[in-house]
Amino acid sequence: MTVLVWLGVVLIGGAGSVLRFAVDGAISSRTHRSFPYGTLVVNLSGAVLLGLVTGLALSHDAALLAGTAAVGSYTTFSTWMFESQRLAEDRQVPSLAVNIVGSLVAGVAAAALGRLVGSHL
Amino acid sequence: MPDRREVAAVFAGGAVGALCRALLGEAYPAATPGWPWVTFGVNIVGAFLLGYFATRLQERLPLSSYRRPLLGTGLCGGLTTFSTMQVELLTMIDTRHYGLAISYATTSVAGGYAAIHLATAMVRRVRVQVRV
Repeated sequence: MTVLVWLGVVLIGGAGSVLRFAVDGAISSRTHRSFPYGTLVVNLSGAVLLGLVTGLALSHDAALLAGTAAVGSYTTFSTWMFESQRLAEDRQVPSLAVNIVGSLVAGVAAAALGRLVGSHL
Repeated sequence: MPDRREVAAVFAGGAVGALCRALLGEAYPAATPGWPWVTFGVNIVGAFLLGYFATRLQERLPLSSYRRPLLGTGLCGGLTTFSTMQVELLTMIDTRHYGLAISYATTSVAGGYAAIHLATAMVRRVRVQVRV
């Protein structure tokens, strides 16, 4: 494990967060505010990407940079939970259920799809 | 277009968050099959911090253009991860550890939700005390 790899984690991790910020902003500004579509799109696309990285069976360092740093930083658990809790506060029960159950079911399916594609590349 | 300071704040926070998560992951590699303690830990801690920062910045402190992107979008977003959790769940399902998958998913969601709720309540209680 070299200093260069950790420098890469820092830079790529920062870039992953900026990409999330940009995608979330672009989706949220085009969709209805009553449902957090931006985070959903980010998290599901990230699940496909991390599945893909897993399927590629990269070296340890490459997986750390592409998976843990880039995709890990791009997706978010905290915002997903924050938006869910705020939906509950606003008594948006159907949206809350879709946001939690839908994200989990579609997230695992997205990861499986990504891994399938990655293992054939 | 977001301003440069906002993007720089997201980058800086995300870099620190991702570094912390990666260092913990390298120090404590998850045993498969087993409970993914690092992912679970960073997710719950990150959710609590986001609940605290976001509520405080939205409802308590004066408007700031860079604190939310630095601490919320950047740090908490970079520290926590949805994708790793999904791949971990997929691996548990593949290896037929269905009970582990269900308990990991429900504990993460319940724990993350409770962490946001608790942090939010803490910030709001402080605000009420200050006003009285």
